[in-house]
Amino acid sequence: MNLHCRVNEKEYDLEIKPHMTLLDLLREELGLTGAKEGCGEGECGACTVIMDGKAVNACIVLAAEAEGKEILTIEGLAREGTLHPIQEAFVEIGGLQCGFCTPGMVLSTKVLLDDNPNPTEEEIKKGLEGNFCRCTGYTKIIESVKVAADKVRG
Amino acid sequence: MKTFYRRLPKFEYLRPGSMEEALALISGKEGSVKLLAGGTDLIPQVKKREVPVPAFVLDMKSIPGLGNITHHHNGLSIGALATIQAVGADPVINERFAPLSQAALQMASPQVRNRGTIAGNICNAVPSADSAPALLALGAEVKLESRRGARRVPLDQFFTGPRTTVIKEDELLTEIIVPAQEPGSRGVYLKLSPRHSMDLAVVGVAVMGTMENGICKEVKIALGAVAPTPIRAPMAEALLRGNRPTPELIDEAARNALTQCNPIDDHRASREYRCDMVYAMTRRALTRIFGGTR
Repeated sequence: MNLHCRVNEKEYDLEIKPHMTLLDLLREELGLTGAKEGCGEGECGACTVIMDGKAVNACIVLAAEAEGKEILTIEGLAREGTLHPIQEAFVEIGGLQCGFCTPGMVLSTKVLLDDNPNPTEEEIKKGLEGNFCRCTGYTKIIESVKVAADKVRG
Repeated sequence: MKTFYRRLPKFEYLRPGSMEEALALISGKEGSVKLLAGGTDLIPQVKKREVPVPAFVLDMKSIPGLGNITHHHNGLSIGALATIQAVGADPVINERFAPLSQAALQMASPQVRNRGTIAGNICNAVPSADSAPALLALGAEVKLESRRGARRVPLDQFFTGPRTTVIKEDELLTEIIVPAQEPGSRGVYLKLSPRHSMDLAVVGVAVMGTMENGICKEVKIALGAVAPTPIRAPMAEALLRGNRPTPELIDEAARNALTQCNPIDDHRASREYRCDMVYAMTRRALTRIFGGTR
């Protein structure tokens, strides 16, 4: 079947299989391997991408459901080789260890800050509740989001 | 150990553009169609082969009008495609139907709330579904449509067991209808789970109640994860109705709620613990609504 969608501001007309997930499409057809497959069942958030402005787990969205949608992956966040302020904050604070959860964390942070530029610590925890990190213990991730919020607000 | 397949099995994808078309498609294919609303239950279930591999997956998202949350005459209609997030963020629901927005915002994660639907949570019919006690305490009904016509089923007659409901193969749940609540009524949903997020309720308690001149005029108590289906606790409600909700009476009602439960023993919690928690959580919820002294 055919699929028309926009990924990272590029138009795509693709031939897809009905039983393909959005994550399969991004990673295997488009070569966008930033979104990771962790659990494969919508529990861990490693595959988080932004679809029409909302964070979604790409592993439990069918590619077919992306018809006409605008998708942003971690690859679409940096501009001309310059990191997005959220990415800068994660680098500066060291809000990552192995990095597997980081793309999802960064994108969840983006929708959180788009909606709420000055979140409290509780609001940060709530915004990131669907993203598991198995290395850091979250302390530096939360710190990164606070610094990211300052940067984004300028 | 269950096999978890990383890839989905093959199926055909259908995306009807109208209700008529959708009902026609499912009426011809009993048993081989799975409905897709948010997919947050369906896709993992299919990956785990917890459900028979469907020949067809019918995506409801192009059926017009099903995503709406409509307020009329102080009542509420929630379309089958209204997301958990949309319901949780609706200010009117938060004000008038508090247990429902509280339940919605305590479910899963932002990613799942953005996709998953309240109707899907009800249709999936897990005994611990968070939205179920909230909707039971609000006296909700569901609307089921098929080519044979439409019918309305009160939610307390909708669940038949773990993951089973009265929905027939050719029917589609199109709407959840919540009646206007008593003026001045207040409600709460309390969820007990070891983790704050991405966790199922060990016990869920929803209470909707109205006080008049210090007397409990009306109360509904609903419990999740304590029986094969989400349940009401009518005997406990009857103890309170028409009486002054003193701490002693609230305590008695909470103990009574326990007699209507039949919880399971599993890795999340023992049967004994769940029973103790039904008492504690029901007492806490009732105290919050009727302002006891505990």
